[in-house]
Amino acid sequence: MTNVSALSEQTAPNDPIAATRTLVLERHFPHPQEKLWRALTESTLLAQWLLNNDFEPTPGRKFQFRADPVPNWNGLIDCEVQLVDPITRLAYTWGSLGLESVVNWTLTPTDGGTHVRMEHSGFSADQEHAYKGANYGWQRFLNNLEYLLKGGNK
Amino acid sequence: MEQTNANPVFRALADPTRRSLFEQLTRHGEQTVHALTTYAGVSQPAVSKHLTVLKRANLVRHRRSGRETHYRAQPNALAPMVDWLSQYGAFWRDRFDQLESLLERMEP
Repeated sequence: MTNVSALSEQTAPNDPIAATRTLVLERHFPHPQEKLWRALTESTLLAQWLLNNDFEPTPGRKFQFRADPVPNWNGLIDCEVQLVDPITRLAYTWGSLGLESVVNWTLTPTDGGTHVRMEHSGFSADQEHAYKGANYGWQRFLNNLEYLLKGGNK
Repeated sequence: MEQTNANPVFRALADPTRRSLFEQLTRHGEQTVHALTTYAGVSQPAVSKHLTVLKRANLVRHRRSGRETHYRAQPNALAPMVDWLSQYGAFWRDRFDQLESLLERMEP
C-alpha cells in the first residue's frame, strides 16, 4: 500500500491574484474499483467513513455533510454534486466557514486493486477564509487548553 | 500547523483577559486604552501589559493620538494558527484510514 500526499500551489491562468492551493491525497486500496465507488457514492457507506450526509450521485444535487457542531461552527458543509462518471470520477463543491472549495475523486483500476486520488482545491490566500477558519480552529484549541488547565483530561 | 509561528499567538490568547481584549477589538474595531480598561474591569497598567503581549504576537496594533493610545485588532495574525491545508490534510488522511477499514468490513 502506498500513501502519498502532496501539496501543490496553482494559480488560475485568468486571475493571477486569486491564487488557490490544492490538497492532493493518493492511496492504493487492495479492493476492486466497484467497491470503492460504492463507498464513495452510497450515502450510508459514505457516512461510515466520511461524515453524515444526504448525498445522492446526481449532478446538480445539493446536499450537506454534517459534522458534530463545535463553538463557532455549526458543523455543516454545503455541497453540490458537479460530476458523476460512474466508477471513475466524482466531484462536488465543498462550502463551509467561508471556504468555497471543490473535492475531486478519481479512481483508477490497478493490478491488485484501485488507486484513489482525492483533490481538494480552492484554498485561497483570502484573509476572510483564514480568519473564519481561525475562529473555528483557535476557539477549539483554546477550549481544549482551558479544559486542560482546569485539570481535565482530554 | 506552523508551530514556530503560532506559539506566540497561542500563548497570547491562552489568557482569558487578553482573549477578551482581543475579541473586543475584533468585534468593535479600534479603541483607546481608556475604553479597554473600562471594558476589562482591571487596572490600566494591567491592561497595558496585556496589550503589549498581544502586540508582540502581532495580534494588535497601536497608534498614538494626543494623550490617548488607540489599539486595533490584526486578525491576520491568526492565520498561522489555522492553515486550511494542514487542517484538511489531517482530516482527509484520517478519513482515508476510516475508508480503508470500511472496505475491509464491506461485502466484496
